[in-house]
Amino acid sequence: MKDIVSKKVQDMQPSGIRAFFDLVLGMKEVISLGVGEPDFVTPWQIREAGIYSLEQGFTSYTSNKGLYKLRLSLNHYLKNRFGLDYSADEEILITVGVSEAVDLALRAIINPGDKILIPTPGYVSYGPVTELAGGVPVYIETKNNSFKLTSRVLEQAIDKKAKALILNYPSNPTGVSYTRRELDELKKIILKHRLLCITDEIYADLTYDFEHTPFAALSGAKDKTLYLDGFSKSYAMTGWRVGFACGPKEIIAAMTKIHQYTIMCVSITSQMAAAEALQSGRKNVEEMKREYRRRREFVIEALNRIGLKCLKPQGAFYAFASIEKTKLNSLDFCQQLLKQQKVAVVPGDAFGKSGEGYIRISYASSLENLKEALNRIETFLKGLPAGRQGGKCG
Amino acid sequence: MDEILEILEKDCRLSNEDIAKMLKKKPQVIKKAIRKYEKEGVILKYKAVINKELIKNADSEVRALIEVNIMPQKDVGFDRIAERIYSFPEVSSCYLISGTYDLLLIVEGKDIHTVSRFVAEKLAPAENVKGTVTHFLLKKYKEDGVILKHRKENERIAISY
Repeated sequence: MKDIVSKKVQDMQPSGIRAFFDLVLGMKEVISLGVGEPDFVTPWQIREAGIYSLEQGFTSYTSNKGLYKLRLSLNHYLKNRFGLDYSADEEILITVGVSEAVDLALRAIINPGDKILIPTPGYVSYGPVTELAGGVPVYIETKNNSFKLTSRVLEQAIDKKAKALILNYPSNPTGVSYTRRELDELKKIILKHRLLCITDEIYADLTYDFEHTPFAALSGAKDKTLYLDGFSKSYAMTGWRVGFACGPKEIIAAMTKIHQYTIMCVSITSQMAAAEALQSGRKNVEEMKREYRRRREFVIEALNRIGLKCLKPQGAFYAFASIEKTKLNSLDFCQQLLKQQKVAVVPGDAFGKSGEGYIRISYASSLENLKEALNRIETFLKGLPAGRQGGKCG
Repeated sequence: MDEILEILEKDCRLSNEDIAKMLKKKPQVIKKAIRKYEKEGVILKYKAVINKELIKNADSEVRALIEVNIMPQKDVGFDRIAERIYSFPEVSSCYLISGTYDLLLIVEGKDIHTVSRFVAEKLAPAENVKGTVTHFLLKKYKEDGVILKHRKENERIAISY
């Protein structure tokens, strides 16, 4: 049967990591810091809005672009918060999470052989989805600059076939984000080479050290940006699957064409709940953000103390820690840690080859869990042969 | 509100060291701030939230909400009479409220008779109390922000991107 599966798809998944995931899922009583979603439940008033919509009989399709009410709320919200004016009629599309939006965007713009620039290590879907759409992913190494894309490195990666850059910030897995000034530097290159900047800003609300700036809000950037965000991380709504794409009407129309044939529309219940989230959920967002920020301080201090060197993430809820001193590769480290101490973290190379030598630790977990897991990681490190245990890092 | 208070309100058993790490301050600073709050009476007490329904062989306990109408006094308004009432150990909470009556009490006792006797013998005859209405509580669902039900942990996929 295997030859019935397309060659493209057969080549897709890095198999070692899949096997590790299965190992984690098959084990009991594991403390997992390997989770890519909030540990909070969706705030009650948002859940209640979903329930109420069902009671009222809202069980139909919505317009392909999404409920007008939700698009209009998004228009107001983006205008008030960032001064970004996207027309609810033509420039906003409600998608099944940012994941669908990325897929639609790439399929909407790629001609065979077009290159998509992807900073690495980065989120797992951009490369495979580019390939599925017939494009060529060009990975831009960011490891040498603390996982931050610079205008110089970006420009070096651009050639005539380059069509778009995917910029995810705050980043999963590194937690790196960009200040307005840093974005301005990148913008110069993007405008100069007439690239489209596809931004995945799903962690925008979890930015701790400065105000998040959407790339589209930079002066002159809006026409060259496809701005993607959603409700999953900020409102703890991962399972509802609601995201949105905002951008030039030609691109949104192209994406809507694909969306109408493949998805039709996002579940109406989820859209109703998302509308409520925009209306009343900001307080919840701020509260959860404060909690994540406190955990961040706690985790980063602990990791550096036990010898897993780690830069302070500026956003999201991940720490990307170096395991270089243990002389283990990422997958071995994670497997041994899981087997010996029952703690699950994600091997860094899941996010690209240059993630090798790192692990992603999620602090979307209770302080109690974090404390226990970090103790166990410390015990694990102490059990490694002398000279490979790490040690104090600056 | 100071983040120290926000943290303690959720979990008062965290050590100064842990709180210091979370807020990126020195443990000394946290210790000092907490001592100041205690001294000023901002922090009054640290206690556990106990679901008494789950305690085996616990002494039975009933609670009542009691509406009290009182006659305010010259100069001190409701405060003095409120103090006389809330000083009874049976009274676990006491609020002055707007509306058709003045004080709302929560009164605890080991059974209905004890609470009734308290109302009949101590509360109703007290000076300046014009009348009382007693509501016995049948079931507690939520108290001070805590839902009194053991909920299953929200299950997430143990590992995901």
